[in-house]
Amino acid sequence: MTAAGTPAANTAARPTGGGRRLPLTWLGVAPYFLYVGLFLLLPTVILAVGAFTDKEGNPTLSNVTAIGQPYLFSSFVGSAIISIVSALVGAIAGALLAYAVATGNPRGTLRRVVTSAAGVFAQFGGVTLVFAFIATLGTVGLVTVFLKDHGIDIFANGVWLYDPRGLTLIYTYFQIPLMVLVFLPALDGIRPQWREATESLGGNTWQYWRYVAGPLLAPAFLGCTLLLFANAFSAYATAAVLITQGGVLVPLQIAALFQSETGQAQPGLAKALALAMVVIVTIVMLLYALLQRRTSRWLR
Amino acid sequence: MATAAREAGAGVEVRLEDLRRSYAGVSALNGLSLTMAPGEMVALLGPSGCGKTTAMRLVAGLEEAQSGRVMFGGKDVTALPANKRDVGMVFQAYSLFPHMTAQQNVAFGLSLHKVNPAERNRRAGEMLELVGLSQYANRYAHQLSGGQQQRVALARALAIRPTVLLLDEPLSALDAKVRTRLRDEIRRVQLEVGTTTLFVTHDQEEALAIADRVGVMNKGRLEQLGPPTEIYSRPATSFVAEFVGLTNRLAGVVSDGEVEVLGIRLPLVQPDAANGPAIALVRPEAVSLAANSDVSGPLVGTVIAVSFLGALSRVTVGLGDDVTVLAQLPTSEASAHQSGSRVQLTIRRDPVLIARDETTAADV
Amino acid sequence: MNRSRRLRLNIFRVTVFLAMGTFFLVPIAAMMEFSTRGRSDTGPRTMEAWTNIIKTPDLVAGILASLELAAITSIAMLVLLLPTMVWVRLRLPALHRIVEFLCLLPLVIPAIALVVGVFPINRWMRINISDSILLLSFFYLVLVMPYSYRALDAGLAAIDIKTLSEAARSLGAGWFTVMMRVIVPNMSSAILNASLLSVAVVLGEYTFANLLTYENLQVAIVYVGEVSATTSIAVAVASLLFAFALLMVLSFVGRPRERVARPEDPIPAPASRSLPLSDSFIGVPK
Repeated sequence: MTAAGTPAANTAARPTGGGRRLPLTWLGVAPYFLYVGLFLLLPTVILAVGAFTDKEGNPTLSNVTAIGQPYLFSSFVGSAIISIVSALVGAIAGALLAYAVATGNPRGTLRRVVTSAAGVFAQFGGVTLVFAFIATLGTVGLVTVFLKDHGIDIFANGVWLYDPRGLTLIYTYFQIPLMVLVFLPALDGIRPQWREATESLGGNTWQYWRYVAGPLLAPAFLGCTLLLFANAFSAYATAAVLITQGGVLVPLQIAALFQSETGQAQPGLAKALALAMVVIVTIVMLLYALLQRRTSRWLR
Repeated sequence: MATAAREAGAGVEVRLEDLRRSYAGVSALNGLSLTMAPGEMVALLGPSGCGKTTAMRLVAGLEEAQSGRVMFGGKDVTALPANKRDVGMVFQAYSLFPHMTAQQNVAFGLSLHKVNPAERNRRAGEMLELVGLSQYANRYAHQLSGGQQQRVALARALAIRPTVLLLDEPLSALDAKVRTRLRDEIRRVQLEVGTTTLFVTHDQEEALAIADRVGVMNKGRLEQLGPPTEIYSRPATSFVAEFVGLTNRLAGVVSDGEVEVLGIRLPLVQPDAANGPAIALVRPEAVSLAANSDVSGPLVGTVIAVSFLGALSRVTVGLGDDVTVLAQLPTSEASAHQSGSRVQLTIRRDPVLIARDETTAADV
Repeated sequence: MNRSRRLRLNIFRVTVFLAMGTFFLVPIAAMMEFSTRGRSDTGPRTMEAWTNIIKTPDLVAGILASLELAAITSIAMLVLLLPTMVWVRLRLPALHRIVEFLCLLPLVIPAIALVVGVFPINRWMRINISDSILLLSFFYLVLVMPYSYRALDAGLAAIDIKTLSEAARSLGAGWFTVMMRVIVPNMSSAILNASLLSVAVVLGEYTFANLLTYENLQVAIVYVGEVSATTSIAVAVASLLFAFALLMVLSFVGRPRERVARPEDPIPAPASRSLPLSDSFIGVPK
């Protein structure tokens, strides 16, 4: 740590005029800002600038407008569909699982086991996950073989594991635990007094969910779904290992441009796609943060 | 508002018959029987775990009684679920629905009772005015103080004109100053509306201050039920004597219907008590002091501390053998005695209760 | 709650747990089964795939590289973040929001997007500094920052840095002593958390390594997978078990201490945004 030394040294360095900020104090955070500037902000600037620069270095909008082309636009559509579907499935299944956990003993082992498992499975992604599913539902996977032995051929209409449908299924494997992790605090925030108050005022279960618990949980549920969307949208590794065809998803398209001739010819294109991803994810995360604020106000 | 009272109608009689409830083999309520007169406010007072909250939840229908009956106005409601019993409840905390304004909270019960919107708003407004919060109608829970939230909760509970009003330690989560103000508010509103009310608390000052009758509970049983003055000055058991108000525990010997303590004889509340060693329970206000620096004896001691409480003061006097006695006097008298001075005690000859065992209310 | 409602609830819970349990455990079981398959359909089970791991030089190299990267990244993270965060809390509280923003910024920049911007920087470094895979740790540090920041922040919030450091300095301690002998020992579980999170992220990282053409563990697994599916699945199981063990340690060791409320603190306790430990992995690149 290159921070300034003892206060004695600081005092000695202080100008007698007084009032001016001690430059030595700022030295303490210099390494951090230097590092972040070089390895986080600089790449972001490179993205932002490069997206609007053509091969010769002149400013242009051609990279951005190129996104409108069918082959690029369709990858956004593909990403959006997979992200929305896996987010919705993950959100609903995850919310149900979280509810099952929340209604149990808050200090019990079941809860601890499930939340720890959720922590493990939420980070289980990419390469290892794909191989797990190949071992399960691949052409010679455990479940495939088991079902075939019982007369059910799940691939009768084509092997779907290695296309977007399979990818969506695989995504739910980490979306559900993620939903449990982010939604559980909201469920914990539902006080039993609200249910009891509703009952004493004459309400039944349906009315409780319709007028009290439902509206209270809606922002949290929506926010968490958005988070799941952003999570799926940003994912690369899983798709890269599973899917061989290049352009179905935006991350795959970026990788393809990266590694190909077309990419060298139009360096700004990959950057424009990357920037578009950043913009989309940022907007989604901002909405998530706003909804979380409302949730934490109600369900502290 | 007399209109509100007239519209609500007089309260109904509430009767609890031998209610029992246990959890996992541990008995929480051990046969509670109690009859509340129409419009009466009864406080259930006791330490945590005494069963008062369980009793209330059985009346509300939030828990099922394992035996016994609950009757509202002669009708047996024991088998009815909570949402069919028409009770109003105010909780200790988190009473209000956070996503609704005060007005919406109060109107909510009315919407569940299928009251049309115009009438809903009129009655909600009326109730908010009753608790003095009309100008906060459009505020949300997090914009209201703790005391205001509880008042809205009270308005909400009363808006549906319930048969019974149940208050589950409504003041426990509030600051001391707010507590005193709010308990008077609650009493005022309750008298105006006239609903039979059950009020659960562990704070004996609250219970004594506003209830018509107080039921002191311990270990699932009702130890004594009566008006506050009776509970305080004629406690039926040593538990009641020690839980309500302060008590001195003085070792003594019972003989011939009196107990000898510190060299003097005091009459007993129960003159037929068996002879032998016992602990006499003496109220601090029965003890008075006189300055005395020369004499010695069992009633002479040294002032250890003086606590100034406003109009009253409490003086702790240390006698020989590690015995301390608490005396309560008007401050004008107490100021004559300072820490370290020698004083002589006089104990008024009020009938006292005796306890035989060592457990005290503090141990429960 | 009455009996019939409780019964319905319990039926619901049992159903959900069974269904989810099956869904999540079957792939794990399938991996184990697959990795122990014999040569033919009827052949005996074998650990051949597992022993192959050590016999495959690409895998061994990948494992070693990833472990080294994990270690370097964790240490670099601690050396960079912890002093900075302490310094901001003690001397420059106005910068708190900026530092927090920057540390959490990588959460909104997908790894696949960031790597596009990183590529020219990496190329420059490869030419001018070194061709070693360990260069990746510079970039990995950015990826682990959000998770480590949250873990360290939770730890810092639980102890009163200001009072502790002032007490130490009044007794004559220099800054290094304050860090090493006062702050670090009181944050041991948060530091452990942050480190384990970094390790887990680095071990599972694929995007950067793949697109910047380095061969780390995950890249090696994919490469070997094209040759021998069973071996790569065996490695996958091994890395999963390792990650699982890490997270078990996290859950049981890393419990942040209760914060004592102090009204005059300029930096508010992150109660509303503090996350339970299991939340640590939100947004890990996949």
